[in-house]
Amino acid sequence: MIRLTTPITEDQIRQLKVGDEVLLNGRVVLSRDIGHKFMKEEKPEWLKPILENMVIYHCGPVVKKNEDGTWSFVAAGPTTSIREEPYQADVIETYKVRGVIGKGGMGKKTSEGLQKTGAVYLHATGGAGSLLAERVKRVVDVKMLEEFGSPEAFWIIEVEDFPLVVTMDSHGGSLHEIVAQKSQDRAKALMA
Amino acid sequence: MSECIIPTLTSNEVVASKSVLPDGWKADLSNLKGLDLTQAVLELLRRTTSRLPQDVIDALVKGRDAEEEGSRAFNTLNDMVRNILLADGHVTPLCQDTGTVIFWVRHPYGLSQAAVKRQIREAVKQATKQVYLRPNCVEALSGKNSGTNMDPFHEDHPVVHFEEWEKPGIEIAVMLKGGGCENVGAQYRLPDAAIGAGRDIKGVRKCIIDAVVKAQGQGCSPGILGVAIGGDRVTGYEKSKEVILRKLGTKNPKPAMDAFEKEITNDLNTLGIGPMGYGGNTTVLGVHAEEMFRHPASFYVSISYMCWSSRRLVMKIGSTGEVSFD
Repeated sequence: MIRLTTPITEDQIRQLKVGDEVLLNGRVVLSRDIGHKFMKEEKPEWLKPILENMVIYHCGPVVKKNEDGTWSFVAAGPTTSIREEPYQADVIETYKVRGVIGKGGMGKKTSEGLQKTGAVYLHATGGAGSLLAERVKRVVDVKMLEEFGSPEAFWIIEVEDFPLVVTMDSHGGSLHEIVAQKSQDRAKALMA
Repeated sequence: MSECIIPTLTSNEVVASKSVLPDGWKADLSNLKGLDLTQAVLELLRRTTSRLPQDVIDALVKGRDAEEEGSRAFNTLNDMVRNILLADGHVTPLCQDTGTVIFWVRHPYGLSQAAVKRQIREAVKQATKQVYLRPNCVEALSGKNSGTNMDPFHEDHPVVHFEEWEKPGIEIAVMLKGGGCENVGAQYRLPDAAIGAGRDIKGVRKCIIDAVVKAQGQGCSPGILGVAIGGDRVTGYEKSKEVILRKLGTKNPKPAMDAFEKEITNDLNTLGIGPMGYGGNTTVLGVHAEEMFRHPASFYVSISYMCWSSRRLVMKIGSTGEVSFD
């Protein structure tokens, strides 16, 4: 088990390999469909210091507003990452992002982006909304809440021992590709 | 994280003690016109979002125990079980994606569907306010979120299906269908040359294998498949969701279809996709298939993929008005 704390250096990232289990600590920024389109098309400057050497999490959480005005995460598992495939590599490069958390893996373009910039794809257990929300220690801030709505906003959170698996590394390795290839071969045999 | 979690949900008494329904509440079926089911539907949603059906938990545990202890597949299934216990204990959503909210209402003659629909909509609004549901209903083009789970244009969400029946009681089933798993559903038109599928059960089998391989882990495997053979494009997909309401481990009433379901389930579990697509022996928890009518020119196979967090529940109101959940 590898413990990582954001911000993360390129050197730390280059050491990670497919299959490594990671416990992530520190700040993480949530973003999904609208956010990724926005980041690629608008390239807002104000996001750069927030994202540099940080980790993006593909997640639209269930959030509760407390009486004192602070927020709590109630359920916060990953959403399917492949929808961000058209944007992810650009986002990683523009903002120098070191990691992307999601589920289901991503494609070739993202893999090339991970290799070029020095970043990894970290897989979280889909559907484990309660378990992962427990590891969210604090909601630091939220951006574009009014504009995007709660599931799509840039939530900035602090996590503790957030359990992840490296399924795409910065050297071109992808667990998703290996499993897909094996299952396609098996399917061919079953359908023969 | 590899210690075995033996799942025990909180008791029915504890669940009942947290109910939003007044103690001993009964529906007054002698006055169908004045009946208000809003709170009962809210209670149905509260339970559905935080508590997985026992048959689904049993299937996940069976899958976990079929994986090598300490493997990523084993640990992932164990985390799923852990998540189930946490959500149940806290009465919070199992998953942040509380889905498209789909109801099936079966009711006696004399109950106003318009009134029940109003009550269901009110219950969904309240459930969203109380954070049992995430606001998941947005405008298709702009993505603008109403924040209430209400369809911004028509009254099409929450989805409500009605059926009048001969019995005195009422049954309301609900399914929370996540977006990730909905995206990996598929509809095939046979014959399908690309996968070599003809207009027979062998062709249907190929469609199912193809859909699961394409889905990989993206529908949050291990999934539960609903398969409708026939129908038109709309009724096929509708049926493919409805069959997911059947409990896992129960027999298909048609023996040949039951045998098909078991066989295809075993085949799919040799694909090696495993929980979340990490590799492993547990790719699906079950397949439910049903044969329908079709137009002679059409042969559709409609497949709905339900994630492992298969949130479904039926509220039964008996002839004397007492409420139970199954």
